[in-house]
Amino acid sequence: MTSYALFLGCTIPARQPHYELSARKALPKLGIDLVDLDNMTCCAPPPLQSIDLETSLAIAAYNICLAEEADLNIVTLCTGCFESLAMANTMLKENNELRERINKILSNAGKEFKGSKEVKHYLQVLMKDVGLEQVKSQVTNPLNNLKIAAFSGCHLLRPSKLLRFDDPERPRIFDDLIEALGSESIWYRNKLKCCGGLLRGYADDLALQIAKEKIVNAKKAGADCISTLCPFCFVALDMGQLQIRAKFKEEYDMPVLHYAELLALALGIEPKELALESHKIKTDKLLQKIV
Amino acid sequence: MTYEEKSVSSKFSDEIRHRLGGETIAFCYQCGTCASSCPVAKVTDKYNPREIIKLSLLGARKEIVAGDTIWLCCSCYNCQERCPQEVEIADVIYTLRNIAIQEGNVPDIYVAFAEGISNEGRIVPVSKFAEKKREEYGLPPIKPANMDALRKILQATSFSKIQFKKGEAQ
Repeated sequence: MTSYALFLGCTIPARQPHYELSARKALPKLGIDLVDLDNMTCCAPPPLQSIDLETSLAIAAYNICLAEEADLNIVTLCTGCFESLAMANTMLKENNELRERINKILSNAGKEFKGSKEVKHYLQVLMKDVGLEQVKSQVTNPLNNLKIAAFSGCHLLRPSKLLRFDDPERPRIFDDLIEALGSESIWYRNKLKCCGGLLRGYADDLALQIAKEKIVNAKKAGADCISTLCPFCFVALDMGQLQIRAKFKEEYDMPVLHYAELLALALGIEPKELALESHKIKTDKLLQKIV
Repeated sequence: MTYEEKSVSSKFSDEIRHRLGGETIAFCYQCGTCASSCPVAKVTDKYNPREIIKLSLLGARKEIVAGDTIWLCCSCYNCQERCPQEVEIADVIYTLRNIAIQEGNVPDIYVAFAEGISNEGRIVPVSKFAEKKREEYGLPPIKPANMDALRKILQATSFSKIQFKKGEAQ
């Protein structure tokens, strides 16, 4: 077993039990031990970076310090958390002046960022620690009939200079992991384009317009579902479809599943254990296709 | 429209360059790769990253800081990824928002985020209903954030000096 400090963030534990359950059930099956550390705070994502960049770096660094003290690397489910923590980790490791500035702030809380740990998204852990072949070999319920529109969300890939996850214009990791489950990762128009999720709450109409385009493009390409990694993308595209129905009188009925849910299903975990009822767009028809 | 200075090194652009996130603004040569890569600019003419950089370089401080365009960036980093001059555009937008917020232009949703951080250490509050649901699903109780440590951190940064009030944004 490889142990990681699980950084859950704010949204997943508060609102997306289906994501947390599927990750907590699937990852240990592949030899990933998830450790819940005490004291973790918000990761300091874009909303907080918008308020004050220095504060957000200090908060991200505080959380990394907790993992350093526990001698564990961090794994995140949420791509927003991945971005905030991985960006801070790289910036502070590589910029001495900035590290000193942030450490001065952290000293008030009795912490010092040392730069001794890694921040990874769980797709990286699956790709590097577990390996594609091992994932394939553990699949007992292949998702053979599914055409999946992968949507990684922006903050898994960009800014690539700091995140160093995959090629930002031609990524493959997410698609390869989808295909490891037996399903097809399909091409669709503007695949890498943002879902508009972060505009929700400030400019809802624009956010919905951007999300709608994503759903329409996946539908046109013949997708059975969209697969996400980020809880904000999930809300924009899942809840978003109810809002699209109300506003545009258009119905797409496009299920949105986090990759961890697809992984759990492919590993043979029972759908009833995964809180799939928390989806706004029902997954029943999709399940019929795979079970 | 009047500008403080008709030069690309206005007082405002210097202010931005000397702040965290704003360092690269002056490298911009206005090619427009950012605007053509921007998903928001595709759906509204109210937002254009090239225009925001241009006005900032020319010193249109009031227009930028008190206006609402900087809040329409969806932080996707497409512009930053593709900028041939390596202007960290999304980060520059954060810097502009940081300045705006310090001067009291705080959209309500950001007031809510700040309250979440100050009160619970998280931007999405956990309802009693969610806690009960977690128990039903067999998920472990949510571990509380270390508010003592967090408050000390907030106290040591400019976060603690910001006035967060709803309904004040312009």
